[in-house]
Amino acid sequence: MNSVPALDVVELKKTYANGVEALKGISLTVQPGDFFALLGPNGAGKSTLIGILSSLVNATGGDARVFGVSVREQRSAAMRLIGLVPQELNFNLFEKPFDICVNSAGFYGIPRGVAAERAEKYLKQLVLWEKAFQPARAMSGGMKRRLMIARAMMSEPKLLILDEPTAGVDIEIRRSMWKFISGINAAGTTVILTTHYLEEAEQLCRNIAIIDHGRIIENTSMKQLLSKLDVETFVLDLAAPVAALPDVAGVALSRVDEVTIEAEMSREHDLNSLFAALSAHGVTVRSMRNKANRLEELFVRLVERGPQAA
Amino acid sequence: MPSSANLIAFHTITRREVVRILRIWMQTLLPSAITMTLYFVIFGRMVGSRIGEVAPGIQYIDYIVPGLIMMAVITNSYGNISSSFFGAKFGRHVEEMLASPMPAWVILAGYVTGALLRGLLVAAIVLAISLFFTRIHLYHPWITLSTVLLTSIVFSLAGFANAVWAKKFDDIALVPTFVLAPLTYLGGVFYSVDALGSPWREISHANPILYMVNAFRYGLLGISDVSLVASFAVMIGLAVALAAIGMFLLHRGVGLRS
Repeated sequence: MNSVPALDVVELKKTYANGVEALKGISLTVQPGDFFALLGPNGAGKSTLIGILSSLVNATGGDARVFGVSVREQRSAAMRLIGLVPQELNFNLFEKPFDICVNSAGFYGIPRGVAAERAEKYLKQLVLWEKAFQPARAMSGGMKRRLMIARAMMSEPKLLILDEPTAGVDIEIRRSMWKFISGINAAGTTVILTTHYLEEAEQLCRNIAIIDHGRIIENTSMKQLLSKLDVETFVLDLAAPVAALPDVAGVALSRVDEVTIEAEMSREHDLNSLFAALSAHGVTVRSMRNKANRLEELFVRLVERGPQAA
Repeated sequence: MPSSANLIAFHTITRREVVRILRIWMQTLLPSAITMTLYFVIFGRMVGSRIGEVAPGIQYIDYIVPGLIMMAVITNSYGNISSSFFGAKFGRHVEEMLASPMPAWVILAGYVTGALLRGLLVAAIVLAISLFFTRIHLYHPWITLSTVLLTSIVFSLAGFANAVWAKKFDDIALVPTFVLAPLTYLGGVFYSVDALGSPWREISHANPILYMVNAFRYGLLGISDVSLVASFAVMIGLAVALAAIGMFLLHRGVGLRS
């Protein structure tokens, strides 16, 4: 593992002019090559943290280092390492996607010829090339979001920060975006992702931090976090209605409708004993699924615990 | 960033500004051409023919040409940067630049150069139109050129400060209407301040546009109400002060960074 973290946030604080304390001294480390999820409810401080990392927000305390380069003291050098896909659209809608990408590269000092090649490469990879020379305002919402990813890739950053890149995007486009971002990560780019789609975070990310009320309340690997989920709820679709639900030790069964039941059970109990008990009572299960995404269940519990969790 | 990278970034902003100016030429170039044509027809030909010579060998229409060109340069330099930069702020695409490695001075220099080029383009258009009404002799080409450049830089920088402070579109319309227009009209565009009685003559000398118009008039016609040294001192002083304000605003992120 590289000794210099991709991102090292130390005691970062931000209090806005109106007195809102958005970050209360958070610290976290992201290793190079990681695919890192930064989760939290609305207003938790995620966008403030990203704003500070991209120098759009001035911190009131602490510092963040990108591959060892201080965002506060060496802003220009740090910004060369970061690519940002913000939550809100922030390109000129009257410009063409090709020009938006090439101009963005120009702001990083990349020669126009190189920028033009990269623009073609990333616009094609993100299936935007057909719209490359039409005004950006004519594109769909999903296309605009992909354009922001293409633009962020123009400087070929070592650290790519995506702030809810798939918000409001249909599942097909969302999956194509996951594939693209996973490819970027596999090629060596460190990725930090914030999202409200927890399934997305669970599938893509290896490590995770949960931020709430300006504090980090969890910072661990995705695997470790998911292992903390001590109770899971399964939804079972039955072959035929059952008159009465059997008693199964360690499992709370409840009826949803005539042919659907829920089974809430701790991780100590295995599914074999549940199926054995159901079979013994003549109940046939056709299919089974998790009631909620596992990360979602954990997230809700952690956030509900609130400041005590910190 | 290395200087070559800064140069590319500077060129990118300037190029983007020029493309914008040319793309919306009906809003950026045409209005001045129409307005100034009307000034030449009404004040130059119709009114000016009754006034006759205002100085030995100088007709009234010749006298107002430098002032009208400066008026166009001032309005366009200021308007270009204030609308373009405030538009970038309003549309949030200013964030593209603020989150890039570009130093603040490159952003400022790029926008000022864009506004300067529009100022020069409009000056050339108005000058070309004036040739339909009168003959222009360049008495002091370098004074003419340096005055138009300095004036454009001063008002580009002033427009930039306005755009940074502005919170809504109204805020960028207030200054041109309530400050620039009165100062321009009272800055000796249509008359010599020497013709004014006291204290109006003395008060007029507090108007910086008076120095710009007269320096430009000296370059074109060889006459001026004020000394050339005073004119250049005012223009250079204002350019330095406004550049310092622009850099301060960008460094602090006033109105740009939270």
